[in-house]
Amino acid sequence: MILRLALLSLWNRRGTALLTLITIAISVTLLLGVEKLRQDARDGFFSTISGTDLVVGARSGSLPLLLYSVFNIGNPVSNIRWSSYQQIAESDMVDWTIPLTLGDSHRGFRVVGTSDEYFTHFRYGRQQNLSFASGTPFDDLYDVVLGAEVARALGYQLGDKVVVNHGLGRASFSAHEDKPFQVSGILEPTGTPVDRVLLVSLQGYEAMHLDWRAGVRIPGMQITADQARERDLTPREITAFMVGMKSRINTFHLQRSINNFRAEPLQAILPGVALQELWQVLSIAERTLLAVSACVVFAGLTGMLALLLASLNERRRELAVLRAVGAGPGRILFLLLFEAMLLTLLGSLLGVLLLYTLIAGTQNWLALEYGLFLSLEWPGKTQWLLLGAIQIAGIVAGSIPAWRAYRYTLADGLTPRT
Amino acid sequence: MTDTELKPAILIKQLTFAWKRQTPLLSINHFILARGEQLFLQGPSGSGKSTLLNLIGGVLPVKSGELTLHGSNFGKLSQRRRDQFRADHIGVLFQQFNLLPYLSLIDNVILPCRFSSKRAAAATQRSGSPEKEAHRLLQRLQLQEMLKDSPPVAELSIGQQQRVAAARALIGAPELIIADEPTSALDADTRDNFLDLLLSENRENNSSLLFVSHDQSLSHHFDRVVSLNEINQRGAA
Repeated sequence: MILRLALLSLWNRRGTALLTLITIAISVTLLLGVEKLRQDARDGFFSTISGTDLVVGARSGSLPLLLYSVFNIGNPVSNIRWSSYQQIAESDMVDWTIPLTLGDSHRGFRVVGTSDEYFTHFRYGRQQNLSFASGTPFDDLYDVVLGAEVARALGYQLGDKVVVNHGLGRASFSAHEDKPFQVSGILEPTGTPVDRVLLVSLQGYEAMHLDWRAGVRIPGMQITADQARERDLTPREITAFMVGMKSRINTFHLQRSINNFRAEPLQAILPGVALQELWQVLSIAERTLLAVSACVVFAGLTGMLALLLASLNERRRELAVLRAVGAGPGRILFLLLFEAMLLTLLGSLLGVLLLYTLIAGTQNWLALEYGLFLSLEWPGKTQWLLLGAIQIAGIVAGSIPAWRAYRYTLADGLTPRT
Repeated sequence: MTDTELKPAILIKQLTFAWKRQTPLLSINHFILARGEQLFLQGPSGSGKSTLLNLIGGVLPVKSGELTLHGSNFGKLSQRRRDQFRADHIGVLFQQFNLLPYLSLIDNVILPCRFSSKRAAAATQRSGSPEKEAHRLLQRLQLQEMLKDSPPVAELSIGQQQRVAAARALIGAPELIIADEPTSALDADTRDNFLDLLLSENRENNSSLLFVSHDQSLSHHFDRVVSLNEINQRGAA
């Protein structure tokens, strides 16, 4: 009975109730949305590389090595010799390797020299291989494969000519215009840094640099694109390489022996551990975001509190009538608590609905524009915990007006002040 | 007649009420409202009227003295029992704003039956169901027009609203009706008409009526007139 009265009473004030509902819904959407972004960004972050057991480069530090080899951020300190790479790649413990050579760029995107192993062994996310949206891996010396983002941003299609700039700067003036590359394939989007690179063969990389030394063209020396095909294009050095082990048990063993490599100072890192370290650095921003959205929920509930308190004065007479026909103060208390509970619950429901509509609506755009992959899935444990916390906070907020109503009914009794 | 039926509707002895350690707001030596009696209690504001009504209505606890309603020592009951007693035995009528705007005409009238199975049973015995009894009462109170259209209660005139409120107080024939200035918002014509209807329905129910007003001109409608200032000896002691 009292429930029906509560619902009817709330319906009677549906204008203001709706406003409250919207306030709560928006704050819930924001909180859950930030949490969702946080989680999916985290998942995306940790899925940039998977299935790779070691990343090897010149000795510098695990974070710089991870950043330049996996995330294409920052510059390598120095390269490693081809012979060192060969020696490690031929170890019995090693299943496969992916060599990486960095240093050139194209209109702000990095050009990575690598081998066919990149397309067969590189994995990201849940052990997914790269796949082609169109075309094939590089076949010719001057073939280039584009990451999804590169192709989209620059509007390239199969067969287009790409001139590589020397150096990583966007405004580099020295270009390898004498040896243009042709687009042979375009990759599917992955949501990882792979989307933002151009992949060429190690030999292609070498060919571009035959007539270069230390970042400048050797004066008087000119090797044409076709002449380069006749040369020995075995690289002298590469920047880094990824290693897949035959058996993971030997990972630490190989890591140790690489770190103690005699010919030159090398470093091998476990990508999972390095990712974890990097995430620690980023987690401050992550927590700040969450704190801000918690503040928004607080503001939303304060809005509800204000609204309930404001409506209480108008409802004093209503409560006195209920009191007169026999409702005890306990029922009045319950009536107002129930209202706050219902508002919070419906607000949360509406908020969740809004969030999912938003995700469904912006999913493709976010993935294309920001490489952010939001999954449409049933709320996880954290989300449920947050929703539960909001519900409890709503009841706590509702208990303030409920208590005041209780006091009113005791003070007013059967003679409400009008 | 059984013993309890001979007991007066209200019996007050040595009743005092004060908020903590303050001078008493109310101090009544002896007051009686006989069963079926229609009493006009004249009390200007500040005479302790609200306090007395809240004590009789069971909203305030009786701390000192005796308050008996129909032989039950009402003042000594727990808050919960007093609330239930009020729901079962007392019809309350306010000065104005008696109705819940979100309930229909009929739902407003049968509201007490939702809180008291005793009154629901009484209404059902009389007319077959609380809804039918509400219809009957509203017809008796000359609101049959409204029953046809059933407009939102907020659109009724104040006179009509007070008649609906009277029907609510009367439904299920509670033994006691407390009316707190129910006519003060009405003009002279509606007032007399309203009073006639209320008194005759009340008489038919065999209920007692405690009618509180400051307006002396209404007193001739009633069996007896008591001035609250006379019976309230607060500060005298």
